[in-house]
Amino acid sequence: MAGRLPIWLLAGFAALQPPLAHAQLHRGGELRLLTHAASGTIDPQINYEGAFWQVFSITYDGLVAFRKAAGPAGNELVPDLAEAIPAPQDGGRTYRFRLRQGVRFSDGREVGVEDVAASFRRIFRVSSPTSGSFYGGIVGADACLKQPTDCTLAGGVAVDAARREITFHLAAPDPEFLLKLGLPHAAVLPADAPPLDVGVTPLPGTGPYRITRYDPQTALRLERNPFFREWSKAAQPEGYPDAIDYQFGLSAEAEVTEVENGQADGVLDTIPPDRLGEIGEAHAAQVHIQPELAISYLPMNTRIPPFNNLQARRAVAFAIDRAALVKLAGGPALAEPLCQILPPGLPGHEDYCPFTKSPGTHWSAPDLDRARELVRQSGTAGQRVTLITAATPAGRLMGEYLQELLRDIGYDAHVNSISNNIEFTYIQNTNNNVQISTSAWMEDYPAPSDFLRVLFGCASFHPSSDSSVNISGFCNQAIEAEMDQAMALAITDPDAANRLWAKVDRDITDLAPAAVLLVPHAVVLVSTRVGNFIYSDQFRWILSQAWVQ
Amino acid sequence: MRRIWRDKAALLAALVLAALLVACAAAPLYARLVSGTDPFRSNITGTIMLDGHATQVLQPSPGGLQLGVTPIGPSWHAQYLLGADGLGRDLAARLLYGGRTSLLIAGAATLCCLALATLLGIVAGYFGGIVDAILARLLDLLWAFPVFLLAISLSIVLISGGLQLGPLHIEADSLALPVSVIAVIFIPYVARPIRGQVITLQRSEFVLAAIGIGAPSWRILARDIMPHVATTLAVFAPLVMALNLLTESALSFLSIGVQPPAASWGTIIQDGQELLYTRPLVALAPGLAIVLVVVALNTLGDAFRDALDPQARLRGRG
Repeated sequence: MAGRLPIWLLAGFAALQPPLAHAQLHRGGELRLLTHAASGTIDPQINYEGAFWQVFSITYDGLVAFRKAAGPAGNELVPDLAEAIPAPQDGGRTYRFRLRQGVRFSDGREVGVEDVAASFRRIFRVSSPTSGSFYGGIVGADACLKQPTDCTLAGGVAVDAARREITFHLAAPDPEFLLKLGLPHAAVLPADAPPLDVGVTPLPGTGPYRITRYDPQTALRLERNPFFREWSKAAQPEGYPDAIDYQFGLSAEAEVTEVENGQADGVLDTIPPDRLGEIGEAHAAQVHIQPELAISYLPMNTRIPPFNNLQARRAVAFAIDRAALVKLAGGPALAEPLCQILPPGLPGHEDYCPFTKSPGTHWSAPDLDRARELVRQSGTAGQRVTLITAATPAGRLMGEYLQELLRDIGYDAHVNSISNNIEFTYIQNTNNNVQISTSAWMEDYPAPSDFLRVLFGCASFHPSSDSSVNISGFCNQAIEAEMDQAMALAITDPDAANRLWAKVDRDITDLAPAAVLLVPHAVVLVSTRVGNFIYSDQFRWILSQAWVQ
Repeated sequence: MRRIWRDKAALLAALVLAALLVACAAAPLYARLVSGTDPFRSNITGTIMLDGHATQVLQPSPGGLQLGVTPIGPSWHAQYLLGADGLGRDLAARLLYGGRTSLLIAGAATLCCLALATLLGIVAGYFGGIVDAILARLLDLLWAFPVFLLAISLSIVLISGGLQLGPLHIEADSLALPVSVIAVIFIPYVARPIRGQVITLQRSEFVLAAIGIGAPSWRILARDIMPHVATTLAVFAPLVMALNLLTESALSFLSIGVQPPAASWGTIIQDGQELLYTRPLVALAPGLAIVLVVVALNTLGDAFRDALDPQARLRGRG
């Protein structure tokens, strides 16, 4: 006979139950995100946009991964599809991984060592944008770069199916090889993944979510991967929301309004300047501010006048009022002044600022008198200088400020604002004879070389190419030797290597191939129902860990 | 002209235009003597005295997380009368300077456009034959492009390196560049009607009589055809100038028109684009100025047409 139990008895039963875990309490719901536009292909080995790396970080896995954690802990490398992070062998030329057992792709097939080997061949077959720069050190990569369709990586990637082992052989020691394996371009895909850009068709992955819908005009949707079983909380924890839905097409203004009204859960675009005050005051609890491992800087072309003159370059670095630029960026909560190449938080960063009123460790004030004197000494006063900026409202404001500053120190300065879509490639191509431009750089992985070597290394300079990220055209053999030494040292003594990188940072800063301006801070606005906000330096907001109920 | 001045709407439009022209022409005087600021110099970290208090021109958010800065709003004093823009520059002074640039470009482009269109229209219409066939097809080709698409395409190409025409080089940030682009794109809109008018005039009795008595072509063009074409141009001039002003504003808004440090109403609207929530006046004020000028020019254009072609009004009344 059914009957009602007394309330005191129910309470007693409840007290005997174990407390519900967070995973159960907050599991479920749909995270609704807004961004003005899609970021291109959803092929994880091709797309090089931070916005989609955020997606790939919870839909795909590599052999290793960056820990899904906030702050500096998020830069730590942990084993992902590999059982452990191997110690380098053969003087840093060989890495041997053992693949975890029982991990399945989102189509149900188990991940095998052949999938890993095929994925690395696919990096070259699809001409991944980092195939040369990140993975070009694997033995056999040279041939793959020349003939991508016939890529075998013979001698570079060996597998032992019985022991579930994958062995990488490098042509030369690369202390950052493991970091590069943690990036989405090294995601493990099924061996039969087509050797071409899949565009809008999702490939099976191993993460807690799979892409179920992608229309670049309207939306991207992630749903739970039915075959996912958590194997490492550090590398790839199970997700909380049942689905993650990206909507494209709204303006940033409208996105902010929707999140304020609770119609969506997060704005992934830059918050418009005229809404910052409002969200900072009325929605402070929903705002998350995170310093980024990034710099905003002015590359100066060291190969053409007037900035082929060291004094002219130093003059610009001295003249910039970084406090004014911080204010233009939205105030001290949103940016901090910087004079050196390596941003705070990156290994090898040691505070250094020679381009300020009182040179030392931090920027205090511009030194216009010194800047004018340097321009006079350089003999470049009066020369025509054209600054290239992006044709965005913020880019235009910065351009106008910098034009005024360049005129103040003695140049016939002009500004050319060009479409944001082409500015980055335009300023890289030496055929355009860009003298000075505005740019920004964000880490690919947390290593000093990703700033110093990538932005100012001789190997990053490619004349007449749209892909010459050493925009300054800077190439100094002494510094190049120091960087080689630091790379070699990192295999055996990372601390000593970081000290050497700090010296390289100072040396390059002193030669001023670029005037570094700021460290930008990211601002993310979320709805009131979002909890457990975790922001990683690597992949921004870790969406899988957000609570929406 | 008396007929135009009897039209009250036209009179009001002329007065509004004259007032705006005078105000814009006096921009340097306003900046120097009234506002006491340099509208081309940023004032990001500066302060001004308002009612005895030092006030930051770009004000940090006062509470909460202190995110963002907001330019000072209208002070209703001589300095920063309408407030500041995103770089802390006096909006009222920039508005006047911007008006000078916008009106100058629109006016110069109108003159160039009318001159070239008249030349092409008359040559094509009067000489006919192969000359007409070539020129008319060229005009058709230009006409076939959507006008703003053509303007944007030309501007994007020219803005990176300027314009080189033989020995003549126009710098990318020269005002002559938007003048040239805008003048070219509207040529078919004027040249085609003029060509048609010249073809019609050629068959008129007085032109046939002039040809009959052996008058040279230049004399027929100057004495018999140009006076008629001039009335058409008088009607077209304000209308084309209104179109030119809108085009200049659009190009400058897209960063492919007037280049810094020069300002135009289009660039000021762009400056205000990211201040719409906090300081809408930065975008609204130049927008309002554009509306005023365009309405005034269109009203004047209508008045010219009515005055020079009385039958048009009769036809309009049915």
